[in-house]
Amino acid sequence: MLGMNKNDTTMLLLVAVLTMLAPFILNPFPTESGWAQFNAGYPDLMQRFVIFGIFAIGFNILFGLTGYLSFGHAAFLGIGSYSAVWMFKLLSMNVIPAILLSVAMAGVFALVIGYISLRRSGIYFSILTLAFAQMSFNLAYSVLTPITNGETGLQLTLNDPRILGLSQTADGSIPVTSLFGLEMRSTFEMVLGPWAFQFNVGYYLSALVLLAAFYLSIRIFRSPFGLMLRAVKSNQQRMNYTGLNTRPYTLAAFVISGMYAGLAGGLLASMDPLAGAERMQWTASGEVVLMTILGGAGTLIGPVLGAGFIKYFENIFSKINENVLHGWFGALPDGLEDLLVTLVYPFVGKGWHMTLGILFVLVVVFLPGGLVEGGQRIAAWLRRKKAGKNTPTSTIEPAE
Amino acid sequence: MDAILLQILNGLDKGSAYALIALGLTLIFGTLGVVNFAHGALFMIGAFCAVTVQRILNISFETVDPTQTDFLGNALIVKTPYLEAWFGPETGGSIIDWAVPLAILFAIPVMVFVGFAMERGLIKHFYKRPHADQILVTFGLAIVLQEMIKFFYGANPIQTPAPEMLSGIVNVGAIIGMDIVYPVWRIVYFFFSLLVIGGIFSFLQFTTFGMVVRAGMADRETVGLLGINIDKRFTIMFGIAAAVAGLAGVMYTPINSPNYHMGMDFLVLSFVVVVVGGMGSLPGAVLAGFLLGILESFASMNEIKSLIPGIDQIIIYLVAIIILLVRPRGLMGRKGVMEE
Amino acid sequence: MSNSKFTRRGMLKTGAIAGAGVALPTIFTASSVAAYTNEPTGGSVTLGFNVPQTGPYADEGADELRAYQLAVEHLNGEGDGGMMNTFSSKELQGNGILGKKVEFVTGDTQTKSDAARASAKSMIEKDGAVMISGGSSSGVAIAVQGLCQEAGVIFMAGLTHSNDTTGKDKKANGFRHFFNAYMSAAALAPVLKNLYGTDRNAYHLTADYTWGWTQEESIAAATEAMGWNTVNKVRTPLASTDFSSYIAPVLNSGADVLILNHYGGNMVNSLTNAVQFGLKDKMVNGKNFEIVVPLYSRLMAKGAGANVKGILGSTNWHWSLQDDATKAFVKSFGTKYGFPPSQAAHTVYCQTLLYADAAQRAGTFNPCGIGEALEGFEFDGLGNGKTLYRAGDHQCFKDVLVVKGKENPTSEFDLLEVVEVTPAGQVTYPIDHPMFAGGALGTCNAG
Repeated sequence: MLGMNKNDTTMLLLVAVLTMLAPFILNPFPTESGWAQFNAGYPDLMQRFVIFGIFAIGFNILFGLTGYLSFGHAAFLGIGSYSAVWMFKLLSMNVIPAILLSVAMAGVFALVIGYISLRRSGIYFSILTLAFAQMSFNLAYSVLTPITNGETGLQLTLNDPRILGLSQTADGSIPVTSLFGLEMRSTFEMVLGPWAFQFNVGYYLSALVLLAAFYLSIRIFRSPFGLMLRAVKSNQQRMNYTGLNTRPYTLAAFVISGMYAGLAGGLLASMDPLAGAERMQWTASGEVVLMTILGGAGTLIGPVLGAGFIKYFENIFSKINENVLHGWFGALPDGLEDLLVTLVYPFVGKGWHMTLGILFVLVVVFLPGGLVEGGQRIAAWLRRKKAGKNTPTSTIEPAE
Repeated sequence: MDAILLQILNGLDKGSAYALIALGLTLIFGTLGVVNFAHGALFMIGAFCAVTVQRILNISFETVDPTQTDFLGNALIVKTPYLEAWFGPETGGSIIDWAVPLAILFAIPVMVFVGFAMERGLIKHFYKRPHADQILVTFGLAIVLQEMIKFFYGANPIQTPAPEMLSGIVNVGAIIGMDIVYPVWRIVYFFFSLLVIGGIFSFLQFTTFGMVVRAGMADRETVGLLGINIDKRFTIMFGIAAAVAGLAGVMYTPINSPNYHMGMDFLVLSFVVVVVGGMGSLPGAVLAGFLLGILESFASMNEIKSLIPGIDQIIIYLVAIIILLVRPRGLMGRKGVMEE
Repeated sequence: MSNSKFTRRGMLKTGAIAGAGVALPTIFTASSVAAYTNEPTGGSVTLGFNVPQTGPYADEGADELRAYQLAVEHLNGEGDGGMMNTFSSKELQGNGILGKKVEFVTGDTQTKSDAARASAKSMIEKDGAVMISGGSSSGVAIAVQGLCQEAGVIFMAGLTHSNDTTGKDKKANGFRHFFNAYMSAAALAPVLKNLYGTDRNAYHLTADYTWGWTQEESIAAATEAMGWNTVNKVRTPLASTDFSSYIAPVLNSGADVLILNHYGGNMVNSLTNAVQFGLKDKMVNGKNFEIVVPLYSRLMAKGAGANVKGILGSTNWHWSLQDDATKAFVKSFGTKYGFPPSQAAHTVYCQTLLYADAAQRAGTFNPCGIGEALEGFEFDGLGNGKTLYRAGDHQCFKDVLVVKGKENPTSEFDLLEVVEVTPAGQVTYPIDHPMFAGGALGTCNAG
């Protein structure tokens, strides 16, 4: 279907089903239950899942295929966000022109930075991209404040000179971002017994973009161009000896992945029109690297999983405070309750970094292929179990 | 002229911290081929060794002073360190005063142990894994170490002063008839770093152990084939690298009060230093450390800032880009190290 | 099917009861049921406390959280009541707000505007918070204030000192109890004049971002007005850890006062470095060299240790004040946690009480009603003397403390001593003051 083989079609369909039903899947617990703390099905976080998913898919096109490890991809995310917010300020609140400009601007910057950085390989390439991104961040925070609004981040104001559209609405507030009048922040709510599900326009727009981005990435992975990039990864020297100039291919991959980052940045700004300089900091670049490796570099679905994993911890675990813990363990005897709270507390709330760090170590030690490998192992185990039932005499092999 | 000399001095002083951290990082890169994102955390742990020693020396007993009140209006509880009670305020006080230099003795075994534990427990399983996996595991480890320190010591900076005797200023320009005053401790730090760097170089240059390690850096496989247990030596090298980072941290505490995220602040910078110096080159790392320190100092001079606004924000990165474009493997890098 | 702008969990609770057992999905239209965002319909009301829990300001954030927890206890009638007993408005009964039990959710701002907005959004969208409060930096405060305006909830700012929060970025839904850079300057200038004279040359080191700039501008204007000369204003990168290369040029610049427009970790490092270079004992032009830190934070000052001794600055509040309100608060906080509260803890405690009181007086949680109740509200008994919440810009006007690093501290908390309490009248400025120009409150948004 659509020029894909059967496996890829299944995967795309799976992703489509998952994203479309995300408001249900991410809200498994009734609103009033203690477990509702772990629900992630509210618009802001769902948007972040898919937007950072797009960012990571794009990053994976460069890193997963060519092996070039960029440590400065957040710069393109930031450039995309700034472009989009400026578009909202100057042109119109429609998200389409904003996103188009984001992608274009990120593409231009990626072309320049990529052209220079790709003259080197290995860690030298990583440091070059890191240097460019850190320069962008430092300047955005200070000297470039007239363009970026520095520390606070670029925001909309009541007196933006918007060409197509009003500077402020009739009741004196800032207009909201929309797609031809369909407001990004509109949310439909569905109450089903004790459950509540939220369907947000912005989320569904982002999810559709994610599906398109995912489809494009499948096509790139399976194309002759993708094959060429893999060849670069396995042995660039040999490619060069055969008289083939690999740089145009790697540069193309770099620009494409930069444009993915710009797209993600533009979407972020469309959901919430604010562009902060921290989006360009090295920690943000590091985050997408971690997302990709954690999920499984070079796999199609891995980066999306990694992005979801990290964003989930950032937003859900950081909100668990002592009160919540006492709520959970309240039914237990006092001494045991306090003991459990003391034991768990360092790993949630202000300690959510700790949990994330431990999980990084565990995943990389036990699942060398990232979360995708974890999934494959479970699938293999289930298959074996099934097979085991049919032929009870067969011996069970170790996983490796 | 004074101003320029002062900034050169300042650059050397800043550069000594960069050089020390980069040196340890390069030792690990060069010998083990591991990208260690936890190296900043080792520097931070070193700094907290100094804090710990200061706390230990300050262990106190409490007496109630009814003449004064605390913030709740109760009688004030006065704390007197045991050391002052045992040796008298004079001697006891001066032992506490020397907490930071004393912490060196404490930090060396602690850091070597931390290094061994890290290498044996985790890093050794990653020698054959891709660099990306090494980054993920060491970054995760860095976060865990950092959060542990935060859990026990809080997030705020903790003051750890230099000994009274070494905390003043000195006119270093007096020898050449100029007036250049500079903090004593920062000069101590500079000479301390030279000492450590010199120590590491002579160790690698003049001992059999060092010779084997250098051979291992150049060609690990052949050395292994000669029947030499290179793994054990590499573990020891990891311990040494950790100790170097730790010592850099201990001595840094009087310059800036340590906090739990100081390692991350230095991490990116130290990678830039190592790469500018050239992968796998120890002299390169040291040279790049001092060079970037001096350039950073110059860039923060008002005359230069008014010429190019914001230059002090980006100088390090700008220089890194230029050097890497002009010299493909940094200042003194070897061919083929970490180029894939 | 119709749409709502933000989710309303309060409404969901009724919906849940109504919809229980119904097989078909029931779709509610918020606009027809709720009058404003997250209208609480059950027996409780949820407040969102958004503070830094990771990063350099984590300890300050932790202290804010303690104060919030204390305020919630007092509002719900637990504990000793703290400043509710001294507060001039007697509307609060200790039975929650408007009879509803106060509950709260917490989040981590990471001191990044992006993360802070994500956290605030989850409180509004997921937890149904009607008010967001907290923060430890101006960038975050302004970003979250903007979000609350769009979402239609009240924002009660925590520690934010930039002029912009109630200046060019002010919002109808946002309120600030903390003082600002202009007030610091106005309070410090007369004291500086008395102690250091009118013939001084000042050298500014300024953190290179918006808060630093507004403070530099304010202090330079105030000191120049009394005759001081500004030698130089140097911007330092935010990420600096070692300020030595910026301090070194001060030595031979001819300046005799160094003003450090830094906060938090930057302040600790720049002050430590300045003292290292012997600036405190230096003589220039026959005068003793002086260092000024316009915005003090006691929590952070601890990191600079003995270096703060004798150095002037300003704070919003200090636990050593002797009025009844302060004593009640310090007692309440100190008994529970074992150490005195910081100024950040104080300001967020006040903000929570002020919000609760405004809701009580307005008889509603509707942000527009609460806004009206807070605008022009005059009160006393929260530790800062008589205070006015000015209607025109939502800034509190109250006395400002000028403090000095204590020479002989008796405990680890006893770092600062109050030199002078500058009366509110001296730090008040007209709404259209040029340093605060360029923005508009807009109209209140109820969602």
